[in-house]
Amino acid sequence: MLKIAGKEFSSRLFLGTGKYASGEEMYNSIMASGTNMVTVALKRLDMNAPQDNMLEALKKANVFLWPNTSGARNAKEAVFAAQMAREALETNWIKLEIHPDPRYLMPDPIETLKATEELAKLGFIVLPYIHADPVLCKKLEDAGTAAVMPLGSPIGSNKGLKTQDFLEIIIEQSNVPVIVDAGIGLPSHAAFALELGADAVLVNTAIATANDTVLMARAFKDAVIAGRNAYEAGSASQNKTAVATSPLTEFLG
Amino acid sequence: MKSASNMPFKKIFDIYNWDDVKKNINSKSAVDVEKALAKPKINLDDFAALISPAAAPFLERIAARSRALTIQRFGKTIQLFAPMYLSNECNNICTYCGYSFDNKIKRKTLSDAEIIKEAQAVKQLGFDHILLVTGEANATVHVDYFLNAIKLIKPLFSNISVEVQPLEEEEYAKLHAAGVYSILVYQETYNQEAYKKVHPKGKKSNFLYRLETPDRVGSSGIHKIGLGALLGLDDWRADSFFCALHLDYLQKKYWQTKYSVSFPRIRPAEGVELTQDVISDKELLQLICAYRIFNPDVELSISTRETKQFRDNIIRLGATSMSAGSKTNPGGYAVDKESLEQFEIDDTRSAEEFIKIISQQGYDPMMKDWDKAFTT
Repeated sequence: MLKIAGKEFSSRLFLGTGKYASGEEMYNSIMASGTNMVTVALKRLDMNAPQDNMLEALKKANVFLWPNTSGARNAKEAVFAAQMAREALETNWIKLEIHPDPRYLMPDPIETLKATEELAKLGFIVLPYIHADPVLCKKLEDAGTAAVMPLGSPIGSNKGLKTQDFLEIIIEQSNVPVIVDAGIGLPSHAAFALELGADAVLVNTAIATANDTVLMARAFKDAVIAGRNAYEAGSASQNKTAVATSPLTEFLG
Repeated sequence: MKSASNMPFKKIFDIYNWDDVKKNINSKSAVDVEKALAKPKINLDDFAALISPAAAPFLERIAARSRALTIQRFGKTIQLFAPMYLSNECNNICTYCGYSFDNKIKRKTLSDAEIIKEAQAVKQLGFDHILLVTGEANATVHVDYFLNAIKLIKPLFSNISVEVQPLEEEEYAKLHAAGVYSILVYQETYNQEAYKKVHPKGKKSNFLYRLETPDRVGSSGIHKIGLGALLGLDDWRADSFFCALHLDYLQKKYWQTKYSVSFPRIRPAEGVELTQDVISDKELLQLICAYRIFNPDVELSISTRETKQFRDNIIRLGATSMSAGSKTNPGGYAVDKESLEQFEIDDTRSAEEFIKIISQQGYDPMMKDWDKAFTT
C-alpha cells in the first residue's frame, strides 16, 4: 500500500478540485475515482461562507483535504499561505506550488527548494510540485520533503508524459514517493506513469473538463490500478533481445 | 518582431501605422482565416485575420475553438466581481463619458462612512472580489484617498482591483503593498489623433503617459493588469490589434504578471450623444473568441454593459470573469442610489439572478479565487 509520511493510501490516484462546473459534479467525480486525497487551493477556500458549495461537497466526500499554495509567487508567500492553510484546514500537509509565471504555471525550482526547507523545519509534510528535475529531487530529499511531484507536461495541457526520460531517472533514484503531477490527460497516461514505477498520479483537468466527468473519473481509477498491477507483475517486455541459443560468452567454456 | 526586454512599448508601437494596420486587417481573406484556424498557436497576424471581416462566416468555428480552449485552461467556471464607484469627480473632458468635466452634474466622492456602508452592501450581495472605480480628480481623489479606502474595505474582500487615473510607479507600489491585486487601465483608443479629439482637456489628454501606464504598473509588482480599448471611439478592429500587441509586449516583459482584457463598448451616458452602432454583438463575439485563440491564458472580462442575451451566452464561449448587479454611480448600492452614473448598464438583473443563470449554463459561479495571504 502507498505510504506517504506514515499515512496509508488505498488509492494511487489523487484529484484536484479546480475547473468543475459545480460542487455536485466534483463530489460525484471524487466518489467515482476512489481517491483518498484531494488537493484544494487556499485561494478558493472560503471558510466564512459555509454554504460555499465546493467546501460542502468536499466535506460530504469525506476524503483527506490537502491544501495547496497555488497563487504564491515566491517562497515567502508560499510559507505564509501554508500557515494560513494549516489553520483553515487543520492539517500540516501542504502541496507546495510556487509559480511566478501565471501563464504556464511553471514551478520555480529555487523558491520551491527554499520553501521546502523552511516548511519542513516548521513541521509541515511537504509535497512540492516541480519540474522533472532529478537533481532538484535529491536536493528536496535533503531538505526534508515527504514526496516529490514532478510534472509530466505543462499543467492543464493533457499532453501526457513528455518528461518520461527524466521521470525514469527520478523514480530510479528516489527515496521518497514520486507522484506525477500535471499534464496527465488520459487514463493511458496515468497507467503508463504507474507502469514506470511512479507511486501515484495527480489528475485534475482531464477529469474536471471531460464531457462525462464521472465516467472519466472511473476510467482513471481503473487505469491507475492496472498500471500499478503491471508494475508489480514485472513487465515481460523488459527483455527486448531474445536469448541467443549460442551465447556470446560460450568461448569462456 | 522580437521585443528586447528593456525596449519601451512606444518603440514597438511606433513601428506600426494605424492606417496600415487597418488596411492589413481589412485585406485578410478566407484563406488567411483558414490558416489561422489550422494552427495550434496563432500569432498577431493570425489574430488580425480572426478579427477581420473575412472571418465573419467562420464565427461558429471560432467560437467552438474559443470554448474548448477556455474550458481546458479555466474549466467551467466564471469568476464574479462587483464594481464600486468611489467618486464621479473628474477634471478630464472625455466626450463619451458621463463624468466629463464639462458635464454640469452633481459631483460626489464617498466619505469613510459611506465607503464602509457601500462596501458592506456589496459584500451582502455575496461578492468577495471588488473593483474600485473613480474619475480623475487628483486634488481630492488621489493615492492617499485610495489607500484609505482600501484599508477600510480590506477586511471585507479577498481580492481588490482598482480602476482609476494613471498613477506613478511609486504610487502603484504603495497600492500593491496595501493589498491591491490588480490595476485596470484602458487606453480608450490607440489612435493618437482620435485620442486627442475625444480627450481635449485634462491630464488624460496626454496620450503617451497613458500608453506607458501598464509599464509602470508592471514594474510595481502588481499581480494583474487589465487592458482594453473603448470600442466605438475609432475602428474597433485596429484598436483591438494594438491592444493585443500591447498585451503581447507586456506579457513578455512582466512575465510574473497576470493579464485581463475587457471589451467596453461605448454606452449611452448623461450628456453624451451616440451617433452610431459601432460594433455589433456578432462582431463582439468574434473579437472575444479571437482573443481567446490568440491567448488561451488571458482573463476575458465582461461587464453589465452588455445585454442579458449576450451575457448569458458568452459564459460558455470564452468569458472568464463577469460583473453582475453593477451600479456605476458612487453610492449606487446603498448610500445614494440616485447619483449620476458613468454609463447606463444594460443587464440590470441582480447578482443573485445572474449567479443562478451561470449555474443553469452548467458553470460554477466562483465568488472567491484569491486569498489575502498572497497580498499582505
